[in-house]
Amino acid sequence: MRALRPHGGRGRVTGLAIPAGLRAIAPDLWEIGPGFRPGMRVPVHIFASEKLLGEMDDTVFAQAANVATLPGIVGASLCMPDAHWGYGFPIGGVAAMDPDTGVISPGGIGFDINCGMRLVRTNLGWHEVRPRIAELVDALAERVPAGVGSEGFVRLDAASLARVMLGGARWAVEHGFGDERDLERTESGGCFPGADPAQVSERALRRGESQLGTLGSGNHYLEVQILPPDGILDEPLARAFGLDRPGQVAVMFHCGSRGFGHQVATDYLETFLDAMPSRYGLPVIDRELACAPFRSPDGQSYFAAMGCAANMAFANRQVILHRIRGVFADVFGQSPGALGLETVYDVAHNTAKLERHRVDGRERELLVHRKGATRAFPPGHPELPACYRETGQPVIVGGSMETGSYVLAGVAQGAASFFSSAHGSGRTMSRTRARKLVRGEVLRQRMAERGIEVRAASLRGLAEEAGFAYKSVDEVAQATEVAGISRRVARLLPVGNVKG
Amino acid sequence: MKASAVEYEFRDAVTSDLAVELRAPTLEGVFTALADALVAATLEHPEALRTARRRSVELDAPDLERLLLRFANELIFLRDAERLVLRAERVAVHADGVARLSAELVGEPIDRDRHGVGADVKAATAHGLALGRVGEGWRARMTFDV
Repeated sequence: MRALRPHGGRGRVTGLAIPAGLRAIAPDLWEIGPGFRPGMRVPVHIFASEKLLGEMDDTVFAQAANVATLPGIVGASLCMPDAHWGYGFPIGGVAAMDPDTGVISPGGIGFDINCGMRLVRTNLGWHEVRPRIAELVDALAERVPAGVGSEGFVRLDAASLARVMLGGARWAVEHGFGDERDLERTESGGCFPGADPAQVSERALRRGESQLGTLGSGNHYLEVQILPPDGILDEPLARAFGLDRPGQVAVMFHCGSRGFGHQVATDYLETFLDAMPSRYGLPVIDRELACAPFRSPDGQSYFAAMGCAANMAFANRQVILHRIRGVFADVFGQSPGALGLETVYDVAHNTAKLERHRVDGRERELLVHRKGATRAFPPGHPELPACYRETGQPVIVGGSMETGSYVLAGVAQGAASFFSSAHGSGRTMSRTRARKLVRGEVLRQRMAERGIEVRAASLRGLAEEAGFAYKSVDEVAQATEVAGISRRVARLLPVGNVKG
Repeated sequence: MKASAVEYEFRDAVTSDLAVELRAPTLEGVFTALADALVAATLEHPEALRTARRRSVELDAPDLERLLLRFANELIFLRDAERLVLRAERVAVHADGVARLSAELVGEPIDRDRHGVGADVKAATAHGLALGRVGEGWRARMTFDV
């Protein structure tokens, strides 16, 4: 072990403030002891290179320390390498709670419940797609609604909305939007158990009824990608994931439960804020860290409503995949099957789930909050489908729209993070600042010159997502490997992007 | 210091989302500024928003800060549920133990061609939420999750 800074006060690693007392306890693993702030029940563990640590805004450390005060937290309050400021929890935060003594917090899940990533492989090579990339991206932008005010292509009445909440991606497959193979390659089979539509407000239903099949805006996107010649980093695993040829074309998209999930989070944050002091005697240290005992009626209601939103998100990504398949079939004149448009994996990064983990040599059930963090189950995990039982679970890390993305795999050493890994590259710059530095139209032109076709519903939003506003995704992916929470399998580069 | 006009300003305060500062001569003006800020976040050309639809809202909350938060989330709800982007034409706020608001909202459905689109604000959050008197005027801070 080594202390990062021997002196008191706030230390500096690579230019930004980090807390005194933070120390390295393993390669790319840092600890903030429970003396950092009053009330911490466990330490904070940060999985990051020294460079990434230095790029983290200092709110990350304070927020992770706040999380360490929550009742029932087990082991440590964790930060993934892409951690940055969030609401209550940092984004990239993971906290496992004892379900009998601990709390559930909407701030540990995020407003966009089951925001997640899906990666789809194809048999197509870049030489086949390149001549038609503009046509392809135009068609994707036209047929996958994106941006504020867009309406989905699947109309839901109240009864079918309830079935989506209960069935998730399975509802979509049963209605012709995909096949069993998609479900096998989706986290939890595309359906969280325990969802109960009776726990969802009328307001959430009204926000959700017209949004199934929409991308959203902000950092949500749909990207056409290629596997570059040096993009295969672990050949056996890449082959097992269906990524086996340099120049191979893939599709990655990032979205969640849309207004439906946002309203569920908003509703329960309000409920919990009122209930914490009066009903549960819990102090409110940050209003966005509102929580309730997991086994309480309020905690169970939120868990059941969150399950509905998670299932809405799985269904959303499944129906969007159906649209993508249709676009490829039309543009290339072959069936989706002939084009090899198969789900590699669909994985959530804003959830809380009951999982079994070994802690101090004993297996026990834990409620694992992952906010901007991806589940990363290791080889042999019983919840993985047969196709990934030997490889470990695919982990999808979306980088900025200019730089590229990674596919990782879960590893046995990942027990230290409750089998969680990074989810993206993490912002380092505010949206307002990014907008001051580049205009959307200029960025679009610059990306086109570099071979990335972009269609954006909002040019202002495009400028906010410029690559310079994010950390290095290469550094994040490497840090997950050095810290032993996942391993790198493949790197993908963007050639086409649809943004909200 | 007296705020002479109803104003909003987006700040560099947060990395992922949109932090906004609101200034107004009156408490009601802060609520009006908040609605203007949401319109500006949502539309590329907020000045193109017409007064074609009206909605009345009545809200209450345990305190004024929570009332401001609830008002923002009501506007976000109406944007998704009715596709309406709305400004506040008239706002009345009373605080006597419970904070209460009644407001007349005006606006129209999103028209992508005429308005252009900006951010799909997911929620108004309590992060850094503050509302209070500064000098002879009122100020507030709020963060929108985008």
